[in-house]
Amino acid sequence: MSTSRYSRRDFIKVAAPAAIAVAQGVTPARSREPQDAQPKYLPVFFNDAEWAFVNAAVDRLIPADAQGPGGVEAGVPVFIDRQLDMPYGHGAYFYMQGPFHTDAPPSLGYQLQYTPRELYRLGIAAANSACKQADNRAFADLSHAEQEQFLTALETGNVTLQGPPAATFFAQLLSNTREGYFADPMYGGNRGMGGWKMIGFPGARADFTDWMNQQGRAYPYGPTAINGSRS
Amino acid sequence: MPSRKKPVDAVIIGYGWTGSIMAKTLTDAGLSVVALERGPARDTAPDFEYPRIVDELKHGIRGDLWQPLAKETVTVRHSPGDVASPYRQYGAFVFGTGVGGAGVHWNGMLWRASPEDLRLRSHIEQRYGKKFIPEDMTIQDYPVSFEELEPHFDHFEKVCGATGTAGNLRGTLKAGGNPFEGARSDEFPSPPLPPVYSSQLFAKAATELGYKPFPLPAANSSRAYTNPYGVRQGPCNMCGFCERFGCFLYSKASPQTTILPILTNRPNLEVRTNSYVTRILLDKSRTRATGVVYVDEGGQEVEQPADLVVLSAFQLHNVRLLLMSGVGKPYDPTTGQGVVGKNYAYQMVAGTAAFFKEDVEINPFIAAGAAGMMAIDEFNSDHFDHAAHGFIGGSTIYAGGTGGRPIDQMLIPPSAPRWGTGWKEAVKKHYRHSAIYIAQGSVMSYRSRYLDLDPTYKDSHGLPLLRMTFDWHDNEYKMAAYSAARMEEIVKTMRPDSFATEMFKPGIHFDTRIYQSTHTTGGAIMGSNPSNSVINRYSQSWDVPNLFVMGASAFPQNIGYNPTGLLAGLAYFSAKQMRESYLKSPHALVDA
Repeated sequence: MSTSRYSRRDFIKVAAPAAIAVAQGVTPARSREPQDAQPKYLPVFFNDAEWAFVNAAVDRLIPADAQGPGGVEAGVPVFIDRQLDMPYGHGAYFYMQGPFHTDAPPSLGYQLQYTPRELYRLGIAAANSACKQADNRAFADLSHAEQEQFLTALETGNVTLQGPPAATFFAQLLSNTREGYFADPMYGGNRGMGGWKMIGFPGARADFTDWMNQQGRAYPYGPTAINGSRS
Repeated sequence: MPSRKKPVDAVIIGYGWTGSIMAKTLTDAGLSVVALERGPARDTAPDFEYPRIVDELKHGIRGDLWQPLAKETVTVRHSPGDVASPYRQYGAFVFGTGVGGAGVHWNGMLWRASPEDLRLRSHIEQRYGKKFIPEDMTIQDYPVSFEELEPHFDHFEKVCGATGTAGNLRGTLKAGGNPFEGARSDEFPSPPLPPVYSSQLFAKAATELGYKPFPLPAANSSRAYTNPYGVRQGPCNMCGFCERFGCFLYSKASPQTTILPILTNRPNLEVRTNSYVTRILLDKSRTRATGVVYVDEGGQEVEQPADLVVLSAFQLHNVRLLLMSGVGKPYDPTTGQGVVGKNYAYQMVAGTAAFFKEDVEINPFIAAGAAGMMAIDEFNSDHFDHAAHGFIGGSTIYAGGTGGRPIDQMLIPPSAPRWGTGWKEAVKKHYRHSAIYIAQGSVMSYRSRYLDLDPTYKDSHGLPLLRMTFDWHDNEYKMAAYSAARMEEIVKTMRPDSFATEMFKPGIHFDTRIYQSTHTTGGAIMGSNPSNSVINRYSQSWDVPNLFVMGASAFPQNIGYNPTGLLAGLAYFSAKQMRESYLKSPHALVDA
């Protein structure tokens, strides 16, 4: 059936349940799965100070707000901890042989000797020590506004870390945070498919035969995960 | 000392698209053939099965189907005086590995070259004069014409179950197709799938501007289809996991879904996976290949003697293996002498993201690698008068969303914050209402852009990495600016709320962090004689006539189209000559 055969009225009728589902998606998910009802996750890679840093940083990079779940609530720190314990964290995906031209132009890409694990370990320690040097508090103990200020300084390279370059560490943290928010929930993040629901990505559905001739109309179905769970 | 296997008639290095075409050709002819593939065995089941395959993190981001860079990569520098640094993490291009090669995780954009692309230097000189070509630009004609390749393009499209609309059928222009294409001898085997919404908007706007949009030629099947080899494909369902993923529906053409099923039980073919070829062996005269040496799954060196060697790895690997084996004279950019590594080229891609109001439902996740897309070809090749513009080449411009995968394919305006509540607002607001439009542009070849062996960095076997010396030139900056401007006019005509273009402006170097395209070309180029090329028109080595080199390494310069159609056409053209001439009596098929 071609798009033109749908009247405006039909369109509203078909689209309305989807709109309601999307609007409601966030709130019930949160009330069903409050943070404290989750079994406490014991990090495999991060130590206590690092875990506090990552949770605080993720909470600022993707804060809980009216748009959708926050990164912490979505399990992003868990995702990052698990990734760092996998071959990825050990640099198994990257060419890691020296020599390392750390002064190469940025356009030639990552040229540090650090695996993702090392980047986090050194980066967090250096970031915390930079924070403490300024006013004797670790990053996690700063106010939200101060944390945001510090993250901006990392992002723009306006703070010098005793370790990896601040902007490189920040870029790693931000890209893993986004991955954790939007990757399939089996990796520990995107809990309850909250990241997908927020934007309207149908996840692992991967079959749109029924919508090929309905282009231009809002796709009505919520996401499914690779393990078959729906939302 | 390597252990020595029983000699065979032919050994094939790399079991992707061209390796599969050659395996079929040679086993059809009754030869005993061994195919050596560096990566693992892979097939639709179990490797690309739903739902495990639709995992963006695993395949789209980490790249589990790609060649692990830890084992082998390339080094990159911008000019011959620089020290090269390794390409340590994936960015600008992705390499395939395993059975099917990059043919597993391509998009399926199945273009032919334009007739003038194949005689580019003569064409430009005739139309604009010799002075139009910059002095350091080393473009040259292919030693084979569009008309000679056409039956082979046609055959490969049938093998792939390609979908599209003919624009030039035996010289007659047809409405709805690409009016700039060379004459086709036949229609596409299957009709196109309906355009996705971002393509509908593109086609409408392009038509308003007087252009002739057409469905992008797609090797994503639109229906149940049986190819000339009897292999069957199923219809694409626009799953949104095409490029970077294997197809779980037998819809996207790959060696697995088109050719390999008929080769599986051939007694005269043996496929050895996890077999990493390190050298082509030559006899004392250095004019005859005697086989290859490879490292097998257990890490042992093995010699495979063969009367015929087909080098059909990925473009960059082909060049590296020629250099490591001492086949042909390495190119020297200071003298311009030598040919192996010469004329490395690439593509330059500009993208315009259009951000629509929230009542424009793009549904970006409803997408295929090529099906459902609309394109225009007005500004590619020499389809327009370049005289006033001062550059050579051009771009295909198309509605290019291959999916709405949220980690990699999220579009937000450049002014939006990159994190925090502002970022969340932006992704929520724009995700379902934004679309990407692409101008995929050609890159010419230049005297100082080439490939050689890196003096410092080694692969996991201790062998030298390939070194790429490459940067953009003025010609390409101009080409991209012109293409992007035309693309922006089309996007503006759609009246989005806002739009933003990403492109390389003069002064911005080639950046290995930013995905452009995996269409790296050249380094083992074809030409009219041994002084200007590595291989002749039949893809046969000038120096070692029982060695044939397949793939995009043959391109003397790059085109604004995806390379698979052209490289497969060249492979089938070579196959025909092998069948009809070479295999009857092995000899140099073109006099040097």
